[in-house]
This record gives sequence, C-alpha cells and structure tokens, in this order.
Amino acid sequence: MSATVTTLATPLATPATPLEEGRPLVRIVIVGHVDHGKSTLIGRLLHETGGIPPEKLESLKAISARRGMPFEWSFLLDSLQAERDQGITIDTSQIRFRTASRDIILIDAPGHAEFLRNMITGAAQADAALLLIDAAEGVRDQTRRHGYLLHLLGVKQVAVVVNKMDRIGFAEAGFRAIENEITSYLGDLGLRVSTVIPISAREGDGVSANTARTPWYTGPTVLAALDGFDAARAAQDLPLRMPVQAVYKFDDRRIVAGRIETGSLSVGDDVVFQPSGKAAQVRSIEVWPAPAPADAPRVLHAGQPAGITLDREIFVERGEVLSTPANRPHAARQIRVRLFWLADEPLEIGSQVIARLATSEVRATVSAIHDVIDPGHLSAFEARSIGRNQVGEIELTLARPIAADPYGVNPRTGRVALEFGGRIAGGGLVISIVERELAATPSTRNVTPVASAVSATERANRYGHGGAVVWLTGLSGSGKSTIAKVLERRLFERGGLPTLLDGDTLRTGLNADLGFSDADRAENNRRLAEIANFLKHQGNIVLVAAVSPSATARARVREIVGDAFFEVHVSAPLDVCEARDPKGLYAKARAGELKGFTGIDAPYEAPAAAELVIETDRVGIEAAADRVEQVLAHAGILRPRGESADDAVI
Amino acid sequence: MPTADQRLDELEAQSIYILREAFARMKRLALLWSLGKDSNVMIWLARKAFFGHVPFPVLHVDTGKKFKEMYDFRDHYAGEWGLDLRVDPCPPLEQMDPTLPPATRSAARKTEGLKLALEKYGFDGLIAGIRRDEEATRAKERVFSPRGLEGDWNVREQPAEFWDHFNATLPQGAHLRVHPILHWTELDIWAYTQREGIPVIPLYFARDGKRYRSLGDQDITFPVKSDAATIPEILEELATTKVPERSGRAMDHESEDSFERLRVAGYL
Repeated sequence: MSATVTTLATPLATPATPLEEGRPLVRIVIVGHVDHGKSTLIGRLLHETGGIPPEKLESLKAISARRGMPFEWSFLLDSLQAERDQGITIDTSQIRFRTASRDIILIDAPGHAEFLRNMITGAAQADAALLLIDAAEGVRDQTRRHGYLLHLLGVKQVAVVVNKMDRIGFAEAGFRAIENEITSYLGDLGLRVSTVIPISAREGDGVSANTARTPWYTGPTVLAALDGFDAARAAQDLPLRMPVQAVYKFDDRRIVAGRIETGSLSVGDDVVFQPSGKAAQVRSIEVWPAPAPADAPRVLHAGQPAGITLDREIFVERGEVLSTPANRPHAARQIRVRLFWLADEPLEIGSQVIARLATSEVRATVSAIHDVIDPGHLSAFEARSIGRNQVGEIELTLARPIAADPYGVNPRTGRVALEFGGRIAGGGLVISIVERELAATPSTRNVTPVASAVSATERANRYGHGGAVVWLTGLSGSGKSTIAKVLERRLFERGGLPTLLDGDTLRTGLNADLGFSDADRAENNRRLAEIANFLKHQGNIVLVAAVSPSATARARVREIVGDAFFEVHVSAPLDVCEARDPKGLYAKARAGELKGFTGIDAPYEAPAAAELVIETDRVGIEAAADRVEQVLAHAGILRPRGESADDAVI
Repeated sequence: MPTADQRLDELEAQSIYILREAFARMKRLALLWSLGKDSNVMIWLARKAFFGHVPFPVLHVDTGKKFKEMYDFRDHYAGEWGLDLRVDPCPPLEQMDPTLPPATRSAARKTEGLKLALEKYGFDGLIAGIRRDEEATRAKERVFSPRGLEGDWNVREQPAEFWDHFNATLPQGAHLRVHPILHWTELDIWAYTQREGIPVIPLYFARDGKRYRSLGDQDITFPVKSDAATIPEILEELATTKVPERSGRAMDHESEDSFERLRVAGYL
C-alpha cells in the first residue's frame, strides 16, 4: 500500500509574523481521517496566503517531474527525511500564515490511529479545530474518534471541511447528508459546529474563494472560517482558582507561586487553600523587576503568572488550589472521569495510576469502570477494561484528597492527566465528584432531612425513567420553551413524570420578590435549581427553560443538582432569535424600553461544557426533542420504549 | 482586541509556568547558556519566574571558538546577574564521527561536550532555548523531552503532552530537555528583548552591511546581508524577509539530513 504522503515540517522560509496591534494569534488544529486530504489543504492554504516563495513551488514541481510523480500540494509540506521514508506524518508540526484579521498557527495532527498521542498533543494546544472529511468516503470511525477527542480536550470551536467535492461532482445531496451526520454527532457531544464547508483542496474550490461549482452553498470559505475563530481566552468570569506550583524562599520573602487559571486575585483578598482548608489574606503581589512601590501590582487576572505573600505563616504546599472562601473547589476523594487511554496495557479495575490535576499529584486506583465508549459509534458498552486508544468513564479513588471541580463548573481544575509506568498515558474530564470531604455549615447543623418512603427504583419502575434535570439555556427566542413543551408531551404520553419549570412562570409566584439585577438573577437560578433537584429526587424529569445567561450561575446550578444534570445549550444566532421574537421582547429592547436584555445590552455566556448543543437554526423541533431523548437514554435515565423494568433486569 | 504587548505577556506566562514546573520536578537542573539572543531571553524569564534569582547552575559548553564579543558578554553578565556559571570544554574535532560533513562534524563537538558535562555534574534536567520555528526537526519537539541514556532523541516514541502536564519520570541515568521558549518565534524574541531591555551582543546589529542572525562558532557561522542596526530595524527586517534564520549556520545545509542526524544524536 502506498500511503498518501502527508508530511509537514515548519519552515519553508517561514513568513515572519509581525506583532501588529489588534491581530489575534489563533491556534487551529487540523484533524480527520488519514486519507481525507489534510496536507493537500494545508499546502493550498499556504500557497493562497502567500506563504510559499515561487521558487520553492517551482523546485518542488521540478522534483516531482524528476521522480515521475504528478505534483501534489502536500509535497510542499514534505521536508523531513524520516517522514518521507515512512510516508505518513509522525508528529505534530506547526505552520504559520495570516488571514485577513488573524495570525494563524495551523497545527497538523496526524490522522493515523497509531499516532493518537501526537494528535492529542497537537489538539490540546488548539483554540479551534478544522475537521476534514472526504466527500466520497463520508464520516469514518477516525473522523468520529477525532471529534470525540476534541470534546474531551475541550476544543470548543469546530469547523467541518468536506473535501474532495470534485469526487462526488459537487453534488449538494451528498454534502448535506455528511453535514447532517457530523453536526448531529458533534452536537451530541456538546460541540457547536460553526460551519460546514464544501471544498476541493486539490482544485482550489472553496479554500480562499467561493466556487461556481457549489452555487447552492452560501457559507464562508475555509479562509473566512479560519478568520472567524477566536483565541481561547483565560476565563476571567469564573471563580478564582490558582493551583500552587511552589512556595519559594530565595530571600526574606516567602512567595506562594502559581498561575491564575480562572478569576482574579487582589491584594487584601481573603483566600483559602484546598484541600487543606487553610485560610489567609493576600499581603502583596511580588514581581521582578520590582516596580516603584506606587506602581506595585494590586490585582492579578486569569492567565497571569502569580507570586503572592500572605499575612500569616501557614504551611501551604505544591498542589493545593487557592480560591475564595465563598467558592472553593472540593476536597475530592473519589472522582468520576471521562477519559482517553493511550498506554499499551489496558486500564482495569484495580489499576494503579498517578492522577495529576493542575499541579497536584496523587496515587489513584481505578475503583469502577462504568462505560467503554466506542467513539466510532458513540455507543457505550459495559466492559471490564479500557484498552489502548479507547475512551470510557471510570471512577478513581484517590490516596488522599485533592482539590477538584467538576469540569462543567471549572474546565481548568476539572480535568486530569493520568500517569502510568512513568508516562502520561491518559487524560480526561472530571464528570463529577463522587466522594468529598465535607465541612458542615452552621446554618444546616440542626437540620435533619427526612428520607422519602418510596425508593428511587420503585419510582423508576413506575415511570419508566429515573429522575433528571434537563436545563435548557439559550437566548430568548432560541426555542427553549418550545423544545421543553414537546418533551413534556412526549414523556407524559409514555407514562412518564415530566415537570416543566419555566423561569417566567415561577417569577409570578415563588420568585415574585426578585428583579433582574445580577444578584436577583443568580438567586432566581438558585431557587430554580433547588426546586429542580428536589423534584428530580421524586423521580421527575424536570425540564427547565431559562435564559440563564451567566456561566457562573449555571455552574452553581450544576453544583446544586449534582448527578443526572443535563445542560442543553439551545443555540441559534442572535439575528435568527431576533427575527423570531415570539414575545416581542427584542423589539422592545431595541426601542430602549427594556434594559439589560440578554443578547442586546447584556451578555450571554455560552456554556463551556454543555451535555448537548442543539442548533435550532439547523435542526427542527421534533429532531431537537429526539436528541434530548437520546442523551437521556444514553445516560440510562430513559428506558427504551416498551421495555419494562423486568426486561431491564434480564 | 489583543495588543502586541498582551501577546508577549502570554508567551512570557507560558514560559514562566514551564520553568517553575521544571524546577519543581527535576532534582538537578541546569540551564544551557549559548550566549545568544534566545538563551539570554531564557535567563531573563528565569529571573521573572523565580523573582530575581536563577536557582540552578547555568552551563556553557564551550567549543573555544566563539566570538570574542560572546566571551566578554558571558563574563560580564554572569557576574551582574549573579549566575552560578559552569564552563566546560568540548572534546577536540579528531574524536568526532568522520563520516559527518565537515561543519556538522564540528558542531557535533558540542553534543559530546554536553554528554561529558552531564556525566560530570549528574544533571537530570537541561533547560534549552530552542524554538519550533527555527528548524523543521525542532518543530516536532515536546516541551519536556526525554533523552535516552546516550542523550539521543527518539522522535517516534514521544509520550503525549497536554494541558501543561509534562512527562518528567526518567530511567536512571537518562535526562530531560526542557524547552521553555519552544512556542516563541524569532520575532517574538526580538520584540520581547526590546520591551524588557535585555542586553544583546552587538554582533546581531549590522556593521558594513552585514549582521549575524544566529550566533555559533566563528568558523561555521556567517553573517547575512542586512542594514538593521537597531532592534526596531531588525523587527522590520524580519517582517519581510524570506531568508531562514539559520541560513548562516553551515551545518544545516551540508546535506538534507545533517541537522536531523545531529539532533537524533543529542544536539540541541
């Protein structure tokens, strides 16, 4: 077999990238099945952005002629001898070029399954991804696997490129079929596809200019799509987290050093370290070279390296996470993790690994394996071990507590790498904290909750489903209530116990004391979450339709509800929602009659890790409801139709 | 919109994080000082990471063939910056693999000198100032890059590296290369040098229509045509040039794979 030569190494007289004001640097990983044309697209992009000197092109054409091969764009990227011999890309490489408003670093991640660890290394650095699919071959297992890994690695911006359209005669039907399949697959993983683009990289269609051969396509070109990606910014709006890298005492100062992962930190703040729970106040922020006292920094923001001194001597060590006393990470003893596994040796119940979360490291034992997921089909099956290059969900029991957040609450302190045999061999997202060290709060000390007389299993047998909270968030007019009502009807028809909690409806009674200030909105969300959680425990599938624009407030909701929580981002572009305007609110907001309206003069913070994204500008209401049902079925909440509890036991 | 300053801040933050991780994980760490623009930036970053201190030895593996300006620079700033400087010589040319092309063979002395120094001090981690954009094989590097017992680099067998979790467990006798400025470009280095006021060896600035873009041994390093006599002029030149940075380094051009052969054997 002669593998397509898809190699890449950086400098073909690398076009230097001037540090101009206002040009964001965006890292984009290009992934997909090995033969779907990545190198051809990269070669073409380089050529069309002026990154290749004409002499280089001529000399490569001459070499091709001499070797008796037709010229391929991928040859441009082919410069490492070892790779030429191997015939496939063996590692991540990076090339730079510019679009209209961005400086791009394109990270080429190998498509070959053998080199998954290199794909992961490349994709983990990326702000955004291009997922490439061969129009003639369609969505392949490797395509889905890469999509799944983008989800696990936290890459949120994805554009899909359907390449080799020339091979299917630029037919719209073939393209739409692939578009539907891939957007629904990625949506089920909580990834929003920004665009799906039909192209022929070899012939140049759709790369930098629209082509007459796809008159039915009105979306952006590849270059325009790249130009629309943003650099992933450090999360300023999440609560403070600063994992401690070290405590230094090089001179008379005792400096706690780390990096602000999320939130911000000011001189004078009360802080607490987890898992030890030790508290102190920030006395100073230390930097070198030392500024004049008047210019000494008073505040540090997310993404910045930090060095602070404290007002008292407490023993703090590497691995602890600094936060505010009001909002601290858990001291976790057992965590549920959705992970990928790269080692030759399978991960089994009882396997010993080192879990690394931010700067902490702890011995961990695999105490349960819930699922092994075949990312090729997104189907879960029960298994006793997770093999090389597989993904799955496991429980890890930790030798001592470490600070951790669920990924949905804080992505930076909600992910772990696993070391096995001295090497990093896996990684994944903290789905939930299974067991934590609890500090009792004074207000609940004398309260004894009364347990229900009816068990969860009895309820599930009667209703045909377990309790759950489906939290639909999105702009006004995105379709939250519409989807919720369809789901409510469907669940009811099948004998289930659905409850619709509508934010507006509750505001007429229970929440009538609340307005629309940030604090009132947060309290509104908290009450919704408490009610939803209560109803969940009574076996209800609670359908909450609430704009809930604040990521922090939603993170709190997730904390309150805990298990069986499904955040669904009902997503449609603002102009689409505004055109729908079912309640006439956008018109009022535009007219200035309504202040602080989400999307107009107040921000909507899209979920960082929704269980599901439904793009209602692409998907119909019934299909949207199907997707929610699928997610509930996959999580084991909803039994397949017609299956009784007794069947399930057999 | 991000400003150029913010971009430098982000590069700096990442490098500081890497340096602190290296210091936390390695027992016997050293920083390789080649005296060039990149390793000077690296020392600056170390002083930022450790609040004015460089808490590990700084190693200069000396071929004995550097420019006088480079030795002057080393001796002056080692004192001014309070560095724990170790200077170790390289073995003579005659001991190098005779099948290598001449300049490559000459450069191989540094690899051997490095091995001797590693043996002598027992360092388990070496901080090196290589960058992905310099040269094709360097683009494939990890931030923490394990080396075999012979100092060799197995590009095919590199472990995964993600979310700033670096591989730092090593077999006895092996060592780790740490690359805190892997993600910087030549332009970033100059822009940062300018912003921070980091001292520079004057050979980088044009005299009589020529300047050095990259500094190595006198006999195998050549100046490029340039009129850039200040950092802003260098920045301007780099924004338009199509000449690779290492074009003045003879060993890169002797054969298609000479630099790769050097690197697999343990060259920087």
